[in-house]
Amino acid sequence: MRIRHLLGACLTLIAVWEAIVILADLPHFILPGPLRVAEAMWRSRALIAEHAAITLTEVLLGLAIGAILGAATAIGLALSPRLRALLQPILVFSQAVPVFALAPILTLWLGYGLWSKVFMAVLIIYFPVTSAFFDGLMRTPQGFLDMAKVMGASRGAIMRRIRIPAALPALGTGLRLGAVYAPIGAVIGEWVGSSNGLGYLMLLANGRAKIDLMFAAVIVLGALSVTLYVTIDFVSRRFAEGRGGGDASP
Amino acid sequence: MSPAPGIEVKGGATLDGAQLFAPLALRLEAGRWTCLLGPSGVGKSTILRLIAGLDAPVEFTGAITATDSAPIPPRVAFMAQSDLLLPWASVAENVAIGAKLRGEQPDQARAQGLIARVGLADHAQKRPSELSGGQRQRAALARTLMEDRAVILLDEPFSALDARTRAEMQDLATELLSRRTVLLVTHDPGEAARLGHAIHVMTGEALKAFEAPPSAPPRAVDDPEMLRLQGDLHRFLREAH
Repeated sequence: MRIRHLLGACLTLIAVWEAIVILADLPHFILPGPLRVAEAMWRSRALIAEHAAITLTEVLLGLAIGAILGAATAIGLALSPRLRALLQPILVFSQAVPVFALAPILTLWLGYGLWSKVFMAVLIIYFPVTSAFFDGLMRTPQGFLDMAKVMGASRGAIMRRIRIPAALPALGTGLRLGAVYAPIGAVIGEWVGSSNGLGYLMLLANGRAKIDLMFAAVIVLGALSVTLYVTIDFVSRRFAEGRGGGDASP
Repeated sequence: MSPAPGIEVKGGATLDGAQLFAPLALRLEAGRWTCLLGPSGVGKSTILRLIAGLDAPVEFTGAITATDSAPIPPRVAFMAQSDLLLPWASVAENVAIGAKLRGEQPDQARAQGLIARVGLADHAQKRPSELSGGQRQRAALARTLMEDRAVILLDEPFSALDARTRAEMQDLATELLSRRTVLLVTHDPGEAARLGHAIHVMTGEALKAFEAPPSAPPRAVDDPEMLRLQGDLHRFLREAH
């Protein structure tokens, strides 16, 4: 059912796109039609795949590192009110600085290679993961905490055996957001300075007026993001069902 | 399990400066079931939380002491209306959670024995979501017994069950929790009349003791003395409110 909906949405989009190209009589260097883009995608499949692999590596590394850092921060915040008082204003302030503004500095510090893009992705997903997981950790049902206290549990044991497992659906919500944001971070990093990746390919194609190739790169990037989101969504849902609750709703 | 102590609660409580309940004296006899009955919001659960050493959002002036003068909270086990089973853990894991939370090695053989005693031997590896409401409360009862504490605090543990399951659970709990000091907080006069060795009705102003029928709990559901007491409790609750 879901696949049929997705297919329907794609076909509608392509139809509207083709209609605009025909009705507005746009030249192909402004808006190429779907067929032309598909041709470009097929012709340059090796090139696109090579650059997509690099962007995917950046995104996956960023997602993994961001998830680990975010989860660790959330647990630290949940355990220590002092850390909370110190770190929460900094976290909120860090969100007020647009990541775009930091990209040139990161490129300066970390170079043109992989790590400046990974770090961009980490920066952009760190806050949503931390914030979602922290919220989950602070919303443990009071009854569980009372029961654990009466049983003589230590704070560490309550965190490990009750608060973290109870907050895993919230972490899933944070990771789903991360899956959408991480490619944005990586591509911004590639725009600012790099010699490979889908972001770089887009700029390159644009500069050489190969607009059909540019569109092909954009579509591959979109497909990448959607696949990542669907995978994480599927895993966290299966996980929530496995633990007996349908409570993974975002 | 250490010998069950008696418990004495003396004092009153205020909530944000307003009186929740006037100073009262409640005595839980050692090894007996004491039922505390009363309308919602009168502070029954607060008394239970105070005995258990849990945070209660009230100012309590007074003292809660055991007849043997030893601290009470380490000797308490607690069962609430919600079964509090961890949804991601199996019945067996839930029953043994106390030891795990204290960093001890759970006695699995004992856990299996208790699961069998509450009639869940075939369900030990299931998740709570696969059980009925009655089965879930049985699992919670097994978890409470696994703690092997001398003082058992019950906060309306049977009130969400249908009439037949409730009567079954009452019988099972009376059998398995004998020789322990039990405080049952309830708003069901029938339950109090059926299970209490001592029965107290709490209103905002005072605590009134009712004499329990001579027969031993759990009393038959058609025991005339029990039914008469149930009627008296009903009437008192309606007039007090």
